[in-house]
Amino acid sequence: MQTPTLFALLLLLILVAYGTGFSRAIGAARSRGGIRSLASLPSYYGVHTALWCGLPALVILGVWLAFDDAIIRALVLGGVADRPETLSGQNLLYAQIQNLAAGSLVGESTPQLAAAAAHLNSLRQSGQWLQTALILILAVGLGAYALMRVTPELRAREKVEKVLRVILLMCACAAIFTTVGILMSVLFESLRFFQAVPVTEFLFGLHWSPQMAMRADQVGSSGAFGAVPLFTGTLMVSAIAMFVAVPVGLMSAIYLAEYASNRVRAFAKPLIEILAGVPTVVYGFFAALTVAPFIRDLAQSVGLEASSESALAAGLVMGVMIIPFISSLSDDVINAVPQSLRDGALGLGSTKSETVRKVVIPAALPGIVGGVLLAVSRAIGETMIVVMAAGLAANLTANPLESVTTVTVQIVTLLVGDQEFDSPKTLAAFALGLMLFISTLILNFIALHVVKKYREQYD
Amino acid sequence: MSTMTLNAGPAAAVGDSTAEQNLVNTKADIKTVGSPFCDDAKLRMRNVNVFYGETQAIHDVSLDIGRNQVVAMIGPSGCGKSTFLRCLNRMNDTIEGCRVEGELSLDGDPIYGAKVDVVPLRARVGMVFQKPNPFPKSIYDNVAYGPKIHGIASRRAELDEIVENSLRRAGLWNEVKDRLDKPGTGLSGGQQQRLCIARAIAVSPEVILMDEPCSALDPIATARIEELIDELRENYTIAIVTHSMQQAARVSQRTAYFHLGKLVEVNDTETVFTNPEHELTEAYITGRFG
Ligand SMILES: Nc1ncnc2c1ncn2[C@@H]1O[C@H](COP(=O)(O)OP(=O)(O)OP(=O)(O)O)[C@@H](O)[C@H]1O
Ligand SMILES: [Mg+2]
Repeated sequence: MQTPTLFALLLLLILVAYGTGFSRAIGAARSRGGIRSLASLPSYYGVHTALWCGLPALVILGVWLAFDDAIIRALVLGGVADRPETLSGQNLLYAQIQNLAAGSLVGESTPQLAAAAAHLNSLRQSGQWLQTALILILAVGLGAYALMRVTPELRAREKVEKVLRVILLMCACAAIFTTVGILMSVLFESLRFFQAVPVTEFLFGLHWSPQMAMRADQVGSSGAFGAVPLFTGTLMVSAIAMFVAVPVGLMSAIYLAEYASNRVRAFAKPLIEILAGVPTVVYGFFAALTVAPFIRDLAQSVGLEASSESALAAGLVMGVMIIPFISSLSDDVINAVPQSLRDGALGLGSTKSETVRKVVIPAALPGIVGGVLLAVSRAIGETMIVVMAAGLAANLTANPLESVTTVTVQIVTLLVGDQEFDSPKTLAAFALGLMLFISTLILNFIALHVVKKYREQYD
Repeated sequence: MSTMTLNAGPAAAVGDSTAEQNLVNTKADIKTVGSPFCDDAKLRMRNVNVFYGETQAIHDVSLDIGRNQVVAMIGPSGCGKSTFLRCLNRMNDTIEGCRVEGELSLDGDPIYGAKVDVVPLRARVGMVFQKPNPFPKSIYDNVAYGPKIHGIASRRAELDEIVENSLRRAGLWNEVKDRLDKPGTGLSGGQQQRLCIARAIAVSPEVILMDEPCSALDPIATARIEELIDELRENYTIAIVTHSMQQAARVSQRTAYFHLGKLVEVNDTETVFTNPEHELTEAYITGRFG
């Protein structure tokens, strides 16, 4: 039986197990005088039976699928008399065998290959049979076993909840392990990079041009890996973005939370939040094709020199992108300021704006700061807009009309195209990623801390 | 009259229609009894109706609050005491859909009307709320807030003096004089409420409205605030909503009893508690409902 069919059948079996467990529990309850005589509700007996039926079978199926191919491959290759020594040779051979087995080999085949292909096919077939039999026997057997155990004394709920807890724990662990895994890989690759390029040069170098020579005699054979221009570029673009987003976002939040009538709020708030749903690519070409030329023309008309890709264009558009972030987070914290504070201020004869400025905003400030910090990490991580609108040149400049580049953009450019995976050029991406990770981590940490402080004040 | 409680359940309502049942059900014809008016009125309210959207919360209430007098407002929950109190400094303006009709005046100046500015009005009619609501600022800044926004003090020394005076009158000075720069939210509930009273008197209002100012406090803190109200009466006119009859009896000179949005009886506090004129008042103060 094919795996998908088997899987569907298994699901069906689980359903059946649930149903029979459920009705058996009710049957058992009837002879004892009602559902109250059961240790748990009937549905827990159903779930208990279904878990016994399905969980081990699913786990075994998963393990099987994970190792199936590797085992068959080892067996098939083991059967070939003069197999190549190298891994790539073996890969090639195995691919040929697979193609032949599937009947799509281009080129001629040898008897040896044909034999191997036949071997492969027979292994696959018997593997399939074995799999089907094993899974079905497991499911039916364990399901029946659990069904036998359905008695009023069985504490099905406790067992089910224990299993559920383990499943939840495993999901949480999966997320944590992924994070740790990514972090480790970034860390180790960065360490390799720092063996080729000293840390001090990376952190304090003022020149970034990561071209590595393919051949030793090429001109400019060594790259320069000073990351300072990237970080200043990132800083400048993010700063411009926050310069736009914080005042506009905050004030629109104040308007929505304090001044807007319910009707205005009901349509304005979703409208602002639509901004957050626009894909960043769209912002990117808007910045590159509309805003950047406009800024260049404007600058030229007042006699300034401006390149057609500028930090200003990218920053402005990124700021617009971040507005809904800040406005909706601030709107939430402003709404969370207790009405009693506003009443207190108004009752003393404050005007509306005095109330907002002197009581509501100071009270909401920690929450707003937290929101802004989260937005900053968003700005630092943003790539698409900068790629399109700010350019790729790693200029060390304080002039927002020049083109700059950012950490994320450089990571992208380092990795596009064909690359060797152990040249410093590629590894530099990991080092940049690590720096980015550390800085956003610190920002998020501060933000969460500030927000938590704020919560404590009002709970 | 039987001793049966009013909310004895549907069975009682159907089976045994007592005099009290009739009283509650005849919403239409409650006329204010007693003496709602006084000669030297600080606040005059005539034919006040308040609506929340379609529903009417206050029905045709007329009442005077005399100068340097403490008037207590009592009545069962939901009868409109807070709503009425909030009319007096237009705090109801902040509630969407709330509409106030009638003539209200403070020392002859109208309270409602197109030309009236609520900001100076609220500076003249201060308010202390049910739950202490100090601003998340220092104790000093809490009290200094009002004087600052109204430009009452021009120099720091003046402001310091106002803060100290207000805290002294609220009976809080000795407890907080060493920690004026600590947050007001860090005080105990009773201290917070006294801080709110200090904050209210710092702008030297003429009238202070208090909506159940002691409901979140323990008996000792309550006693201090009652003492304070008694002292404040010398300089201020006070309207206080309370659920405690003892409190009303202790602090007020006149008592108004509200029932289902109507003003049932206004009399000297002593009369209300010893010899109520209206049978609804009697039923309420003897604890048969509410
Ligand atoms: N914001 C509002 N919107 C609509 N109806 C309201 C609002 N506030 C109060 N009401 C209604 O008006 C009536 C009077 O309410 P109010 O708060 O004045 O009663 P109260 O006498 O102060 O009660 P309590 O003693 O419980 O504080 C109640 O029926 C209440 O449901
Ligand atoms: Mg109330």
